[in-house]
Amino acid sequence: MKAEWPLWEVFVRSKAGLHHQHVGSLHAADEQMALENARDVYTRRQEGISIWVVKSEYITASSPEEQSSFFDPAEDKVYRHPTFYDIPDEVKHM
Amino acid sequence: MTAKQKNLEDIFLQKIDAEVKIEPKDWMPDAYRKTLVRQISQHAHSEIVGMLPEGNWITRAPSLKRKIGLLAKVQDEAGHGLYLYSAAETLGTSRGEMMDALNTGKAKYSSIFNYPTITWADIGAVGWLVDGAAIMNQVMLTRTSYGPYARAMVRICKEESFHQRQGFDIMMTLCNGTAQQKAMAQDALNRWWWPSLMMFGPSDSESQHSEQSMIWKIKRKSNDTLRQQFVDAAAEQAKVLGLEIPDPELQWNEEKGCHDFGSINWDEFWQVVKGNGICNRDRMKARVDAYETNGSWVREAATAYAKKQSQSSIHKVA
Repeated sequence: MKAEWPLWEVFVRSKAGLHHQHVGSLHAADEQMALENARDVYTRRQEGISIWVVKSEYITASSPEEQSSFFDPAEDKVYRHPTFYDIPDEVKHM
Repeated sequence: MTAKQKNLEDIFLQKIDAEVKIEPKDWMPDAYRKTLVRQISQHAHSEIVGMLPEGNWITRAPSLKRKIGLLAKVQDEAGHGLYLYSAAETLGTSRGEMMDALNTGKAKYSSIFNYPTITWADIGAVGWLVDGAAIMNQVMLTRTSYGPYARAMVRICKEESFHQRQGFDIMMTLCNGTAQQKAMAQDALNRWWWPSLMMFGPSDSESQHSEQSMIWKIKRKSNDTLRQQFVDAAAEQAKVLGLEIPDPELQWNEEKGCHDFGSINWDEFWQVVKGNGICNRDRMKARVDAYETNGSWVREAATAYAKKQSQSSIHKVA
């Protein structure tokens, strides 16, 4: 098998005020090509005003097998939500 | 099967039942992974090979409007192929492996692209019927159980409806033109109708992968159900064009609430699948030429350039 161009993950900001969002991946030889390919593959209909590309190998991901233990700390903390606190009805908009 | 594996398989099936998408790093049965790699890569290859019959008419489109429309459509097909290759790669296959499978004939692509586009009306018929049939299948696949495949399909469906409409628009123009132009549209319909029906694959009773794929919710509707949907939609559309679908048995069945239609020539279908269609050899040659003869040095040059650039930036830092 011949050497392949590295894989890049593509993140697009669709308009000012919104986060960059992951839209997919592509292969490219270098950063510049990755950006230009991302533009041609993911924003052919003005879907974005800004693009990030990052080599997939640099992404560290949490593991699905450890999903429950990894996210366990937040499970029993209902007091982090506003509805945990009772406020009398006459207090509006809090 | 070990107890641990049984447990993993149960969790997997529970997720499928509960409509929870399966994501790349989740545990999945080997056969599910294998089926997806086969189906997604085949789908990607179809998008890429599908550029060939249409690319044939870019330089000969009858007006600038038609030319830019067709060019944009063919560009979209390349994009669709790329979304799908990326989705397949999340399952552990590589782009190189998939390309080799296509170029050596090990992997299939949709047989419809082994038919030639001999007149301009064929570009209209391909957009209307071939893209129309593809959309039926792809809309279903936006709800497929594998996350990356479903997401690729959502993007593709958004773009695909432009394809079908530009095809219908071409047919509409021809049908409202001279008698000769209308005859050209009818001729294209005559040649593309049956191959379009074959796009949905063998009948449910003959389809070897269907049953398991339905259980895993990779497919959500059977080949015959989708084919029926397509016939019902296209029969009405043909009336708008004033064209006649080349099937004497096609008629509305009041009782069933859908159209009856004639039987498909499955011998022709299998002949084309086996490589004996009109354009199989041309399509393969075009792909191999693009990837190997004309493409490999470009990829190598870009790799060498990227390496040189990164080395010179290391020098600068030092």
